Amino acid sequence: MANISAVLYLVAAVLFILALKGLSSPVTALRGNKFGIIGMVIAVVTTFMIMDKPVLGLIAAAIVAGAVIGGWKARTVEMTGMPELVAAMHSLVGLSAVLIAVAAIFHSGVEHTGVQKVELFIGAFIGAITFTASVIAYGKLSGRFGSKAVSFNGQHLLNLLLALAMVGFGIAYFVTDSHAAFLAMVAIALVLGVTLIIPIGGADMPVVVSMLNSYSGWAAAGIGFTLNNPVLIIAGACVGSSGAILSYIMCKAMNRSIVSVLLGGFGAESGGAGPAGDAGPKNYKSGSAEDAAFLMSNADSVVIVPGYGLAVSRAQHALQEFAELLHEKGVTVRYAIHPVAGRMPGHMNVLLAEAEVPYEQVLEMEEINSDFNNTDVVLVIGANDVVNPAAQKDKASPIYGMPILEAHKARTVIVVKRSMSVGYAGLDNELFYMDKTMMVFGDAKKVVEDLVKGVVH
Amino acid sequence: MVDPFIASLTVFVLAVFVGYHVVWNVTPALHTPLMAVTNAISGIIIVGAMLQVVDINGSEITLTSVLGTIGIFLASINIFGGFMVTQRMLDMFKKKKK
Repeated sequence: MANISAVLYLVAAVLFILALKGLSSPVTALRGNKFGIIGMVIAVVTTFMIMDKPVLGLIAAAIVAGAVIGGWKARTVEMTGMPELVAAMHSLVGLSAVLIAVAAIFHSGVEHTGVQKVELFIGAFIGAITFTASVIAYGKLSGRFGSKAVSFNGQHLLNLLLALAMVGFGIAYFVTDSHAAFLAMVAIALVLGVTLIIPIGGADMPVVVSMLNSYSGWAAAGIGFTLNNPVLIIAGACVGSSGAILSYIMCKAMNRSIVSVLLGGFGAESGGAGPAGDAGPKNYKSGSAEDAAFLMSNADSVVIVPGYGLAVSRAQHALQEFAELLHEKGVTVRYAIHPVAGRMPGHMNVLLAEAEVPYEQVLEMEEINSDFNNTDVVLVIGANDVVNPAAQKDKASPIYGMPILEAHKARTVIVVKRSMSVGYAGLDNELFYMDKTMMVFGDAKKVVEDLVKGVVH
Repeated sequence: MVDPFIASLTVFVLAVFVGYHVVWNVTPALHTPLMAVTNAISGIIIVGAMLQVVDINGSEITLTSVLGTIGIFLASINIFGGFMVTQRMLDMFKKKKK
């Protein structure tokens, strides 16, 4: 029996890996997702098989209740709200890990070995930090807590003291087997989750969400160690490394080191720190949406650079209508996506997919950058810092070194923006003042609707 | 007989490597569905929660079984929510193949 269940767990683990592997292309991704579902069913059924006297009523009721809530959330969530949903789900994994660890501690008649105690400690504290940190991240993303970074003197010292106290209680539990010490350790870890995340500003949230994704995986793996359960360890380890890779990609795209993100403060200092020294008003050209539509319908190739501002004004669908009109006129239209275009990794791709933009037309930064030279018109909508040439030229700029979409290399640039105000990094953008640039002011949705009318006429 | 901890550690380290290589091959366009599906997969923690919901010395309702039940509930939200929302997003990517 033990051997059969071990083999079944192995099958489940392989199916999870295939689920991740499927995501290498949109064509295989749906099949991958089905593998993941089958893997989960096998893992749950196998667990029933090996359980000694399970309380079926409780288990079934809990699964049904979770299915109802999870299913409802999955059907109703807006695609712009994905980052919040993902953050909320990380918190559930964290809390679940804590509850399992505490349940195991109070499991009467079960003696834990020294190694198991350490494993319980690690699983519980990672879970606790993941839980509260994700709740704060959820609050910041959904605008419930305000996205501002909260910092005060002695913050890092406080975190250090909390961490030391947490480890101290962990050791006390290890030595004395005291339940109270274990619970104190969990309580401190819960506080630590909050104090670690509050100094991180809203702009860094894509990194934080990815990082918490990673933590939730490590928490699951930690619980797997305690229970010596290979499927938990494998699934947890895969999720953990997945989140770590995404954090790395996001940091690189924002030109930030993971350490500086974690220490926080970027969102706080960005306010007025920009180089306001640039003397006097500079000249820029502005034009109407009709002018822009005329330019683009007479071009051979157009590249659209969408930013989160596009999604905020819900202009994706109108934009795709415009792109199709251009396409009918024989214009090659493509979309260029910067890795931090949305509020989580790959977010903009999903928002465009929702607007029925064919994914073949959506290109990543590395794929499109060499093509800007040969592009007639670049249309920048709701994006700013990701097309700022200062990142390549101006060594004094705070974003120097950040990879950008080289929109400035195109023959003509059209920028749709509400006003000449600065982006989140608080920087002016020389792209807006170039001779080949035309600014079109207004709400993204209104402008795009005018573009559509401009082509039709 | 190998210590169970060492056996687990072996599995863990190898799984980290597998995860690392598999995830680098995920296309950046699908990074949001990747996060959603990893949310669902972390729901595997349900296995750990289920193992707590057992009859202990003749009593079904114990602190352990109640905490485990809540754990199952939370993990189920992740499993169903994660896989379903991933499916929903992937469907959006699919239907544009005109």
